[in-house]
Amino acid sequence: MATMKRVPDRSGRFGPFGGRYVPETLIPAVDELETAYRRWRVDAGFKAELKEYLANYVGRPTPLRRADRMSEALGFEVYLKREDLNHTGAHKINNTIGQVLLAKRMQKRRIIAETGAGQHGVATATAASLFGLDAEIFMGEEDVRRQALNVYRMKILGARVIPVKSGTRTLKDATNEAIRDWVTNVRTTFYVIGSVVGPHPYPMMVRDFQAVIGQEARRQVVKASGSLPTHIVACVGGGSNGMGIFYPFRNDPVKLVGIEAAGEGLESGHHAASIAVGEVGVLHGAMSYLLQDEDGQIQPAHSISAGLDYPGVGPEHAYLHKSGRADYYAVTDDEALAAFHQLARWEGIIPALESAHAVAWVIREQASLKQQGARVLINISGRGDKDVDTVFALEQGDQGQ
Amino acid sequence: MSERSGSEAIQAAFMAAKASDRAALISFFTAGFPTLGVLPDLVKAAEDGGADIIEIGIPFSDPLADGPVLQQAASEALAQGTRVQAILDLLGQLPTGIPRVFLTYVNPVLRRGYIPFAAEARDAGMAGAIVPDLPWTESSELARAFQHQGLALIPLVAPTSTDKHMRALKSADGFVYAVSVTGVTGARQGIDGGVEAMVARIRQAVDLPVAIGFGISTPEQARRLGHVADGVIVGSALTQALMAKRANPAQAVYDFLHPMRLALDSR
Ligand SMILES: Cc1ncc(COP(=O)(O)O)c(C=O)c1O
Repeated sequence: MATMKRVPDRSGRFGPFGGRYVPETLIPAVDELETAYRRWRVDAGFKAELKEYLANYVGRPTPLRRADRMSEALGFEVYLKREDLNHTGAHKINNTIGQVLLAKRMQKRRIIAETGAGQHGVATATAASLFGLDAEIFMGEEDVRRQALNVYRMKILGARVIPVKSGTRTLKDATNEAIRDWVTNVRTTFYVIGSVVGPHPYPMMVRDFQAVIGQEARRQVVKASGSLPTHIVACVGGGSNGMGIFYPFRNDPVKLVGIEAAGEGLESGHHAASIAVGEVGVLHGAMSYLLQDEDGQIQPAHSISAGLDYPGVGPEHAYLHKSGRADYYAVTDDEALAAFHQLARWEGIIPALESAHAVAWVIREQASLKQQGARVLINISGRGDKDVDTVFALEQGDQGQ
Repeated sequence: MSERSGSEAIQAAFMAAKASDRAALISFFTAGFPTLGVLPDLVKAAEDGGADIIEIGIPFSDPLADGPVLQQAASEALAQGTRVQAILDLLGQLPTGIPRVFLTYVNPVLRRGYIPFAAEARDAGMAGAIVPDLPWTESSELARAFQHQGLALIPLVAPTSTDKHMRALKSADGFVYAVSVTGVTGARQGIDGGVEAMVARIRQAVDLPVAIGFGISTPEQARRLGHVADGVIVGSALTQALMAKRANPAQAVYDFLHPMRLALDSR
């Protein structure tokens, strides 16, 4: 198998994707960030400190184990990488610890972040508290209402949550507002982006901080099964848990499979499947695939899982798709919901609704995977505790009808 | 060919203002706000009120360089169904007047394609465009498409801009848009003290007119900055005036711009 070209290039491009589409005011800031990141990521002291926090604070390495009853039921081997067992319940914290450590090295005292469901907001508030920095989290007013408990969690952790009233009042607008704040307070503020999106160097940096997932998984799966898996499956919102597990396997003979949210179905128009729809554009500082209309206006996304509810996708996924190195499929709300229950019954693991999308694809494709003699590794990016309310309300509602 | 290019028309507008010893007045409003239908009247009112150049916003769903006022104008324009093609068609029917430039974000431009957009903008009688989320490091392809049509892709310079960016201005066209603050658009009480130094840095780097924007809201501010730069740009404050007087938007534009122009005339 051919070795993949190193991406991004010096201008932050993954093939045609990525780049830096931000106001002039921010160009020196992303330059400064890139310089600092390139310096500290090879610094022995920085690496040791990050490793110590990941081990003794986050709880890494996370386990990887064969899912016995699921494997039995499907007729092929399934392994689960357990990012749900991280502190705060998802992979998001791998990235926020890394970025906040970097912010400290850069002597920025104020942290800002965007959040949709609140998972990245909680992970950022956690890291800011750990290092004694001020955190302000931008969150769409609609999400503040829908995710009241996560708002309260961030407040308990000492962060200030700023409701965003513009546009669709969801994640994309929270991201716009975080960028506006960064433009205004650029000299003192570090912007912690929550996925492999945004202007260069963010997609590269977030990928690198999340790559710990794939580095561990590669060792663990070889140890547990004696060989590499045939498929690695991850859900894709912005795409950070996916890039994190894919990246260390990029030069291996392994199929990389990203699962987007098909929401109520691709034909319904209510979905978050940017790659499946496949229209190139620029949002939040990078060129990638987007949900947009004929005039280039960004269209609202929809998914049952708030973490996949984003109208764009990270530029490196766009690149992996275009180059054919990874394959992307979409799974509906209903399929994800069924997989949420199914995994709980098979393995005693309630996955996040986001992660349930990856599980759902494996269940849907079971006949073909069985025929191929597949050995599948699924990234369980987070735990479903945060979604129990949503699922409960949905199912009560269905019964009421 | 005797027809003036867009870039030349912009330079001529600055030269005419300079000949009468004042800074140029540049006004901004969003196409589709309060309605698309009034755009021709707003253009005329801006000319009558004393503007030298008009910026016309193509509304975008995610205007991340704009403050609350221009966000609201864009989202109202979009909610009414304002389409890019309709803006181009309407502008194409207007009589020629003072130079007009677009202000929009890169995605609506990319969606039509850089080369087609440049041709369409020229056919609509435009002299250039400002694209605030297309920094100089990403702009060469669109700049080429614009040059081909004689249009100016107007560069922005911020208080944080580096010397490397300043040097890159050498190949710029039209004028240089100096952003007065680190921040987004919006009317402000005071203007950053560092703006004079920034204008001086720009003048060292390039021989184009320099106009200051972001935050100018009163005739007094315009008069004062008119001593520093070759032009002043008013957007959010003018849009606020439009919001306060939706029943007669053309009058609102005239009433807002005329005192600004008098202030620039009086020096
Ligand atoms: C558990 C979980 N998985 C996945 C995602 C989607 O993000 P990404 O695609 O960046 O991994 C989120 C986002 O909030 C999440 O909380």
